[in-house]
Amino acid sequence: MNMPVAKSNVSASILSAPTAPAVAKIVSLPLRQTAMNTRIRATLVKIASAVIPPLVMIALLLTVWQVLCMRPGATLPAPTKIWTEAYDLIVDPFFVAGPQDIGLGWRVLVSLQRVAIGYGLAALFGIALGTLIGQSVWAMRGLDPIFQVLRTISPLAWLPISLAAFRDSQPSAIFVIFITSVWPIIINTAVGIRNIPQDYRNVAAVLQLNHFEFFWKIMIPSAAPYIFTGLRIGIGLSWLAIVAAEMLTGGVGIGFFIWDAWNSSRLPDIFIALAYIGIVGFLLDRVVAGLASIVTRGTSAN
Amino acid sequence: MTSYCKIDHVDKTFTRGSTETCVLKGITLDIEKGEYVSIIGHSGCGKSTLLNIVAGLTEATVGGVILEGKHVNEPGPDRAVVFQNHSLLPWLTVYDNVRLAVDKVFGAKKSRAERDEWTLHNLNLVQMTHAKDKRPSEISGGMKQRVGLARALAMEPKVLLLDEPFGALDALTRAHLQDTVMGLHQKLGNTVMMITHDVDEAVLLSDRIIMMTNGPAAQIGEILSVPIGRPRKRLELVTDATFLKCRQRVLEFLYERHRFVEAA
Repeated sequence: MNMPVAKSNVSASILSAPTAPAVAKIVSLPLRQTAMNTRIRATLVKIASAVIPPLVMIALLLTVWQVLCMRPGATLPAPTKIWTEAYDLIVDPFFVAGPQDIGLGWRVLVSLQRVAIGYGLAALFGIALGTLIGQSVWAMRGLDPIFQVLRTISPLAWLPISLAAFRDSQPSAIFVIFITSVWPIIINTAVGIRNIPQDYRNVAAVLQLNHFEFFWKIMIPSAAPYIFTGLRIGIGLSWLAIVAAEMLTGGVGIGFFIWDAWNSSRLPDIFIALAYIGIVGFLLDRVVAGLASIVTRGTSAN
Repeated sequence: MTSYCKIDHVDKTFTRGSTETCVLKGITLDIEKGEYVSIIGHSGCGKSTLLNIVAGLTEATVGGVILEGKHVNEPGPDRAVVFQNHSLLPWLTVYDNVRLAVDKVFGAKKSRAERDEWTLHNLNLVQMTHAKDKRPSEISGGMKQRVGLARALAMEPKVLLLDEPFGALDALTRAHLQDTVMGLHQKLGNTVMMITHDVDEAVLLSDRIIMMTNGPAAQIGEILSVPIGRPRKRLELVTDATFLKCRQRVLEFLYERHRFVEAA
C-alpha cells in the first residue's frame, strides 16, 4: 500500500521540478516523510476517535455527579471527596499496611483465585457433561428442563446449602461460583454438540473416523463457538457471584471489603471497590472473548 | 459375470410414523471400471438418495451395492463423496482438510513425508496448492469444491461419487471445474458416479447417462450411451451432431415423457 503512494509522490515531484528549479532529490525526501506522517496521523486519529468519546462522557458524568453531591445534605460523597478520602486506595493497589489493611489489588487477586478454582471446575465439568448430554436426545429431553429451572436460582440462595455441606466458608464460596457458572456452560455445550451439521457427520462417516477421532476432530471444533458462548456467560456470572458470596462468607476478598467498608461507614472506599469490580469483570469478559476468537477462528465465519 | 460396481435391485422406502414413502423401486445398474456415469432426473426423484445408498450413508430397504464382488453397506473411503455443499471443515486449512483424509486412509501405509507429499500432489491436481494455508471461509465456492474434489481423490476411491458437485456454482466457474473433472478422469481413470440435473453437463462428461423417472417409486427410465471420443472439447461439441442428438434425447426424456409434475 505504501509503495504506490511513495511512487506517485516522487513522480509528482519530478513533474513539479521545472517550476521549482531547486534539486529534485531534495524535494522528494520531505514528500516521502509526509506520506509517513499522514499514516501516523491517521493512526492517531483512529485512536483518538476511540478514546476521546468515552473520556468526554466520563468527565461529563463525573461533573454531574459532583454537582449533585456537592449540595449540603447530600447522602453520597462527591468525586472530589472520594479522591481525598480514598486516596491511598486509588494510587497504590498493592500496599500492605497490616493484616486487614491491604491494597484493593491484593483483594481482587484473592477473589480472582476463588473464581479461578470455581470457574475452572465449572468449565471442565460443564463441557464434559454438556458433551455427554448433547449426544443423547433422551438425556437432553430429561435434563434440559431441570437445568433451565436450576440456572435461574440466585447464587446466594445456594450459599446456606453449601455452608451446611462444607462447614467452611472457603469451599462454600467456590461452590457458589461453580454452581452459578456451570449451567450456561452445560446447556450451551449440549446445544453445540446437538447442532453439529449433518455434513460434518457425513464426512466423518466417509472417512470412517472412530469415536475418539470424531470427538477431537469434529465434535469439539464444531461446538467450540457454542462452548465459548457458555464460557463467556459463565465467567460473567461467576464474577457477579463472588462479590455477593464474599460479602456473606468474609475473608480477604473484594466482596468482603465492601461489606466491611459499609459497616465502618467508609462510603468513598466502596466507590473505589465498585470501580475495581467493574474493570476486572470487563477484563475477564475480554479475556474469554479473545480466547474464543483465537480458538474458533474460521469456525463461526462459515 | 459380475461388474466392477453393481447396484442390485435397490428399493428405498422412508417410513415416517405410519406413512411409508417409496422413493426408489428396483434400481439395478452395472458400472464398469473407469466409467463415468451420470444420473439425471428432476428434483425429488431420489437421485441423491441413490448416491447416498452407494456411499453407505443411507441404507437400502431392499437390495444392495456390490463393489468388486463385496457387499458394501456402510460408508468408507473406497467410495469417496464430493458433496454438493463442499462440506469442508471450516476450522481446518485447505491443506489440513485434505491431510485429514490422507492421514486416515494412508496413516498405516505411508510415512509422514509421503502423506505430506500425497496431500500436496492432490492439491496440485486441482490447482489449489497456492491456497493450501487458507481456511475454507477465505476461498471462493469454486475453490472450495476443488478442495472437496482433492480430498476425495486423495482417498484413492474405487468409485468417486459426485453429488451435484457443480450445482451451487455460477456458469463460468462450473464450466471451468467441469473441465478440471474431465481432465482428471482422463488422467487418473477413476470410476465416477455423478448426480446432476444439468443436461449439458451430463452429456459433456459422461460415458453413460442414467435417466430417472419421477418419484415416488422412481425407476431407471432409460440409459443413454454417449458415443463421443475423449478427450472432449467443450467448444467443438457445441456443433457436434452426436452431442446434439444425445442432448436432445435427454431433453425429450425429461421434458416430454417424464415432465416434472408440481404436486408429485
